[in-house]
Amino acid sequence: MCQQVKNALIEVHDLTVSYYKKPVLWNIDLNLPSGQVIGIIGPNGAGKSTLLKAIMGLVPLDSGVIKIFGEPLHKVRAKVSYVPQRESVDWDFPTSVLDVVIMGRYTRIGLFRRPSKADQEMAMQCLRDVGIDQLANRQISQLSGGQQQRVFLARALAQEAQLYLMDEPFIGVDATTEKTTVNLLRSLAKQGKSIIVVHHDLQTATNYFDWAILLNMRLIAIGPVSEVFNTTLLQETYGGKLTILSQVSELLKSEEQAVREN
Amino acid sequence: MLEFFSLADPNVRYVVLGTIFLTSSTAMIGSLALFKKKALIGDATSHAVFPGICLAFMLTGTKCFIYLAIGAFATGWLALLLIDMITTHSKLKEDTAIALVLSVMFGLGTLLLSIIQNSGNAAQAGLNNFLFGKAAALLKDDLITLSILSLLIVINFALFFKEFTFIAFDKNFAQSIGIPVSQLEFLLTSLTVLVIVIGIRAVGIVLITAMLITPAAAARFWTDSLSKIVYLSAVLSLIAGIVGSFASYALPSMPTGPWIVIVITLIAYSSFLLAPRKGLVAKKLYQRKRQHKILTENILKLFYEIGEATGELFSNRSIDELLAHRPMQRNAFIRGMKDLQRQSLVQQKGDKWRLTGTGKNQGQQVSQRHQLWELYLTQYLKIKPDQGHEDAESIEHILTPALVKELTKLLQEDSSRRPA
Repeated sequence: MCQQVKNALIEVHDLTVSYYKKPVLWNIDLNLPSGQVIGIIGPNGAGKSTLLKAIMGLVPLDSGVIKIFGEPLHKVRAKVSYVPQRESVDWDFPTSVLDVVIMGRYTRIGLFRRPSKADQEMAMQCLRDVGIDQLANRQISQLSGGQQQRVFLARALAQEAQLYLMDEPFIGVDATTEKTTVNLLRSLAKQGKSIIVVHHDLQTATNYFDWAILLNMRLIAIGPVSEVFNTTLLQETYGGKLTILSQVSELLKSEEQAVREN
Repeated sequence: MLEFFSLADPNVRYVVLGTIFLTSSTAMIGSLALFKKKALIGDATSHAVFPGICLAFMLTGTKCFIYLAIGAFATGWLALLLIDMITTHSKLKEDTAIALVLSVMFGLGTLLLSIIQNSGNAAQAGLNNFLFGKAAALLKDDLITLSILSLLIVINFALFFKEFTFIAFDKNFAQSIGIPVSQLEFLLTSLTVLVIVIGIRAVGIVLITAMLITPAAAARFWTDSLSKIVYLSAVLSLIAGIVGSFASYALPSMPTGPWIVIVITLIAYSSFLLAPRKGLVAKKLYQRKRQHKILTENILKLFYEIGEATGELFSNRSIDELLAHRPMQRNAFIRGMKDLQRQSLVQQKGDKWRLTGTGKNQGQQVSQRHQLWELYLTQYLKIKPDQGHEDAESIEHILTPALVKELTKLLQEDSSRRPA
């Protein structure tokens, strides 16, 4: 079931993405409404993070068109903020919390220039918003998992975007951080901003999100959480690991290997 | 020596200036390579530069540095492209790709060099200096080219430092906010190849990796800020560079490269051992200090608790009597006692010992901290008293006065809320 949306925040048409010929997203078509907290839900390997990366232009597309605010990404980059997975960076990198947050302002600062006083104050405010302003001068190697996640959130806030795309912000964080994050998402949505979150925990999903995208390589369902969270659709998303789709994708992969072995 | 350091001899001046330019620019680029986890890329590039030098010589017939540099730059880049192609279009990982490219390029270079050497061309003498480097062979014209190129590297590095750091830390995010990542990476790679091309003049192909990576690795022990690491590694490799070129000047048969590398490596190892906080010695000392603190605090607590139980806080007790209450290693125990005596916390009389006034107070404090933590564990974390004891044992030595205050307050509030 797919709900139709007018004035879509994000339109995805006919999106297919694959790694080493193994497809991870097949023929995705979706329209997302703005001003909502939207969860992307699905099992491991369902292509949740890949969908975010495809929207952010970080993976090559096999086919498909993606529009954000009705425009291609490069025209609206300043309005879009991406929060990568916490594990995607080396936290032993020699830099401080404040410096990481200021990175969110680099495109506004521009080349050849140093961050201004205003940029620093803005970054401090973002740290305050996520409740770790007292850690501003701390080395990032000394942070806990939850604090690392908050640094990433603060960096995203510093971008002053309209749309936030977050990849697994709730993985490996403490309860307080989880609560802070949820409150933050709510208040952003209240300001009319839109948030898309990759999430793996079904238990909490109904509390956290207004809308949900159920994904398992293909789009299973999209719509308000109350409508798509039913047994049939969830089973379709999580159950039956050997759907025809994954069999075919295995086949494609082994065929490629066979070619290589020859 | 004086002759060298007064820089009166123009040849010495060229060598020293050249080394200064080289070492500082290699150290800067190297510190970024280190934090991008690309330490070995430099090694591959430097080996790949060799056939380029030989080819350039074969084509032009001169050893003019600018021609050789162009040849070197071309094959250096080619090698990086090859590595990139192998890693993106196959399942081979980067280290394998580096090994594949590094050895074949160096082999090719050696082959070309022997062809040149057998050709009887008199101008070829000195080409093999590129293998181990000879800063002393720098000429005035070379120096001009060198300094222009190093200046180019340093300026570019300074201009884009903010973005380079950003990409090194979080490439995906940099790309997502619209930083021109691929252009900047292209620039940084070109700068890396360039720095290697000019650097091999001083330290040679085989050892240039050390010049790229070792200064930054040494500097990492002293500071946590990337910009400070960059400055510091430039200074450290400058020192190594000057010592190296002096050695090569004083003993003309000595190659410069190995000297520079040995000096910078000595600096790196001593940083690893001696740096405050992060050095091995500082870490060991800290550990020893903590163990010692735990030992002496445990002895004081033992004294105090026996004293409290028997009602005789200041009576003389033998070591055996004390150890009977709480088994500890005898040697360590005696060492701890001697130390407590030095701090006048216990007094020795014959083979017996007693607490002093301050010793009693400290023992009491440790004992209270222990009880406090035990209480907290049992009340808040629902740990059984017999389990809580061992945990409390280790925590009582690290509780700060502020935490003790907070714990006391918490437990007091708690007991007032629900009457025992």
